[in-house]
Order: sequence, then structure tokens, then C-alpha cells
Amino acid sequence: MRPVLLIDFGSTFTKVTAVDLDEEVLLGHASAFTTVDHDIGDGLSLAMNDLEKEIGVLQYDYRLACSSAAGGLRMIVSGLMPELTAEAGRLAALGAGAKITRVFTHRLSRQDLAHIEANPPDIFLLAGGTDGGNRAVITDNAEALARLDARFPIIIAGNRDAVDDCEDILSDFETTVCPNVMPRFNKLNIDPVQKAIRSLFLTHIIRARGMTKASSLLSGILMPTPSAVLSAMVLLAKGTKREAGIGELFAIDVGGATTDAYSIAEGHPTDVSVVLKGLEEPYAKRTVEGDIGMRYSATGINDVIGTARLAEMSDTTEEDVQHYLTAISKNKAYVPTIDDPRSSSLDRVLASSAVGIASTRHAGTLEEAYTTSGIVYVQTGKDLRGVRHILLTGGSVIHASDPRSIAEHALFSEDNPFSLRPIEAEIWLDKRYILAAMGVLAERESDIALRLMKKELISLGMSTASHVYTKE
Amino acid sequence: MQESNGKKLVIGVIGADVHAVGIRILDFAFTEAGFDVTNLGVMVSQEEYIGAAIETQADAIIVSSLYGHGELDCRGFRDKCDEAGLEGILLYVGGNIVVGKQDFSEVEKRFHAMGFDRVFPPGTPPKTTINWLKKDLGVE
Repeated sequence: MRPVLLIDFGSTFTKVTAVDLDEEVLLGHASAFTTVDHDIGDGLSLAMNDLEKEIGVLQYDYRLACSSAAGGLRMIVSGLMPELTAEAGRLAALGAGAKITRVFTHRLSRQDLAHIEANPPDIFLLAGGTDGGNRAVITDNAEALARLDARFPIIIAGNRDAVDDCEDILSDFETTVCPNVMPRFNKLNIDPVQKAIRSLFLTHIIRARGMTKASSLLSGILMPTPSAVLSAMVLLAKGTKREAGIGELFAIDVGGATTDAYSIAEGHPTDVSVVLKGLEEPYAKRTVEGDIGMRYSATGINDVIGTARLAEMSDTTEEDVQHYLTAISKNKAYVPTIDDPRSSSLDRVLASSAVGIASTRHAGTLEEAYTTSGIVYVQTGKDLRGVRHILLTGGSVIHASDPRSIAEHALFSEDNPFSLRPIEAEIWLDKRYILAAMGVLAERESDIALRLMKKELISLGMSTASHVYTKE
Repeated sequence: MQESNGKKLVIGVIGADVHAVGIRILDFAFTEAGFDVTNLGVMVSQEEYIGAAIETQADAIIVSSLYGHGELDCRGFRDKCDEAGLEGILLYVGGNIVVGKQDFSEVEKRFHAMGFDRVFPPGTPPKTTINWLKKDLGVE
């Protein structure tokens, strides 16, 4: 036996997973609730106690971890135009697993700077201008940042003509210069920035946080949790040199505070009559819905869907919905039990709605345009209609009684036919919540991590969007 | 190909216009002539031209229209450029920019009034536009 321990320091739960590398099996896993304001070591001790009760005390070969504790990796992005360099910066930060607290565009105002001074980020991403393009705005923003008292690492990834000046202006800060996130109009180049974020996370961010009790583990914290989840999904989709992946996939991670959507897919137009618009899309794309979650952000679901509709969907009353929302806002660790059918039903409806909202916001859209040459379709974002795998994960949904019906809300829907979500897909459930752990393990043992995922993720069968009209 | 002259152009076909071939030819011709071209392709909105011009710090925006609705599509373009901080940017338009057989000098007058610096009739060879660009942008 060659056991290793994988830890996920979450903002809500600390999860531990033990894996035997020789037999390629999951030995056991446990999790403990930790409030955001406690030391993350507390949750780990509790989770380890539970794990040891299950599988005994083991001598682990190594311990690796990812973390989204203490608010996650907080980043501020500044770019020039909202839909161009600012968006490219945002995509880069999200893909690196960051929690984006603000995105600024154009020149930073006094108010913006006051906000940054009061809420300094873990990393600031300074972008703006294509290569050879606008250099005034990024340079002015660098000068404005240099006048702040707060200090934080800054990644400079804007117009290459301006980066040297920016670096000089920001000499009091720890700066990293990267190639432009948008070197040419609508051309993305986010990998270098993501590498820089990862490296700063390792060298600075973990140490800066009050992770004192877990200090013996510091060297093992490799990446932010969402980044681990994303790399697990890329591995699952693409495979390794020796082991095939399952192909392009669309995943929804329903959490307590946010709902994240991931697509590991090209998403190119499938028809020559489609005109593609907007910024290039990353192959591995992550979006975060900060207003959509099962506990901290359950009211956000209510805001989007409406109390009346939630009551209708769950076969309850509006009073029931309000009562339930109040109850879960008081007790974030609440898990509905079978003897409370009303709460179970509401929980399922909230989860389904979260999946529906997050998948719609993530997927690309088509628009019909009438031209002198007939109807033309304009595509913005990724076309995921041909993606054949949907993966559902998240502590709040993996124990649901009918996860398949929840996941099916990520499918194409005739209610919203211009939202380009999968038409037919195999539904997978991350029942034992292993994605983050496998993303971390993949750093050392990608083949084993992939085989474990194939073994442990549960297929719930094929689902097809109802009433799909296609040209064929 | 001529050596780069350092001048940056944003080009594209405006509105619900899907004529994709001409803009490729212009892209090729302008690039050959030494310009740094950002080609937005077809079905380009005014906002797209402006966003691209700001990020790339373009010296000129060249609007193509081949389906006759150019006059509607171009309305308010200069004002939007001014609003976005692109005061004084060189603005060209060309193609089949209006419907039917209209007197071109009248058409030209109307587009001048809308703030376009140069207006090109149907069948203008790229060379003509290139010559005007070089003159207006002070290259050679």
C-alpha cells in the first residue's frame, strides 16, 4: 500500500481524501464544516478524526492540498475596454481559480483607488491595450496604483509597448511582467498570466494568510481549489498520453456561496452560415456566478427565478419558500432529511435553478439576424450543443435524491433555444466529491488520477433535451 | 509587401451585411501597403469598431457597406467616436453605401455631413483608398 492524502481547504468544508496509489483505489474521505472566520487547521483536524475513524491512522507518502479558504484567491483586474482587455483579464483570472472581487475598465478613478486601498487584493492584474495599441491608460493606471499605500503583487500583462514603463513606475511593488492577455484584437493569450498567478499563489498568498495551524502542510498547498477542479476536468476530457479521456464536457459545481460552470470544449460554430462574434473563448473555460448558491447565495436564486416560480416548481407555497430561505440563511450547514419532503423538494428546486442559471450564463448564444442574403445566425460564446458529457458536482447537490434531474437543467431547452447547451449528454455525478483531490493528485500521478475519476464518477445515463428541433 | 508604416487601421463591414470577400481583399491590400490592419470581418456594429480602435489605438476606421443600408448603419458614428474619446480619428466609408442609382456627389455630401472624412463610390480600387490614407495620415 502506498497511501497519499489529498486535502481541499474549502471556504465551507474542509475535505480530506485518502488514496492508495498501488491499488489505485480511494481509501476513504471525510469532511468537516468550517466557518469562514476560523483557522483552517480546525476543520482539518476534525476531518482527519473522521477519516481515521473510517480507515485508521496511516503513514502517508505525501500530502497535497488545494485551498479556497479565507476568501479564496482574491484578485482585481483592470483593463481598457470592458468587452476586450478587461474581459481577457477576467477570463485569465477565473481560469486560474481566482475569486474576482472587482473589474475596472478605462482609467482608475479616485473612488476606484479608494476601494483598492481599502480592499487590497491578493493579486492585481493590470492589463490594457493590444500590442502596439493604447498605452496611455495602462501607464496612467500604473501611476495611480504607485501612489497607493497598500502593497500587493501586480501582474502586468498589457500592451507590450507600455510594460517596461509600468514596471518602472511600480518598482515599489512585487511585479511580474507577462505577455499581453490580448495581444491582438479578440485574440486571447491567457496561459502565461495563469502560470504567473499560480506561481504567486505558491510563493506569497498561502503564507500571507492566517493558516497557522496547518503550517506543517504549507509546502503541500499547490493551487486554488477551482484551479484543481479545472485541471481535473481537463484531464478527464483530454486524457493523457497513455490513457484516453472521455471527450469534451460541460460541468456545473453548485456550491453554497457560488455556482461555477466549466466547459472543456472548443465550442466553434458548427455551421458555415454562423458568424462568430466577440472575444476568443478559452478551451478550458470557467465562469463563476457569485449571486447563485445553495446557502449563502440562495436568495440570489430567488431574485432571478422569483418566489412564485420556485413555489410552483417545488409544489409548495410562497410562504414555504420564504421560510426555507430564512432557515438556510441561519444554518449554512443544513442538509435536508428524507422525513422533511417540503425542504427536500425546495432544495432540489434551488439546485436545479442554480444549474439552469449557471449553465445558461456560461454557454454561448445564437441570435437571428435578417440580412439581404437571408437569415444569418450570429454566435457569441461557445456552442456546446454537441458536447456529450455533463458533470455535476458540488457539496450541496451530490447527495441530492435525484441528481440526474438536477443536472438535466444544464441541457438545451426549447424555452431558451438560442442558449447553446448540450442537446444530448451522458450525465456524470461526482458522488464522492473527488474532483479537486484528483486535480491535485494529477500534479504527480495524472494517469492514476484519470483512472480513479473514470472509476469513481458515476454515470447516471444518457439524457436528451426534450422537444429539440434541429435542421436535420 | 511594403515596410510597415506604423499606421493602424480598423476595418470591417457594418450592420447586418454578410459580404465577406471584399473585406478580405481590403485587409490584404492595406497590409501589403504597409498598414497594421485589424479586420473585424462582417456584421460589425459601431461599438465594435470603436472598441477595437481604442484598444489598438487606431489611426483610422474604415467602414465598408455593400448592401445599401450604409446610411442607416453609419448614422451617429462620428458622435459615438467623439463620445468614446476618439475625437478626430480618420473615418472612411465605401462600397454600395446607398440603395439605387443616386447622384454620388449628393451621397458624398450626406456622408460628409455625418462626419466621414472620405467617401468612396462603388468600384473604387484599393489603390485609391491607400493613396488617400497615406496622404491623410502623412506617410510618404
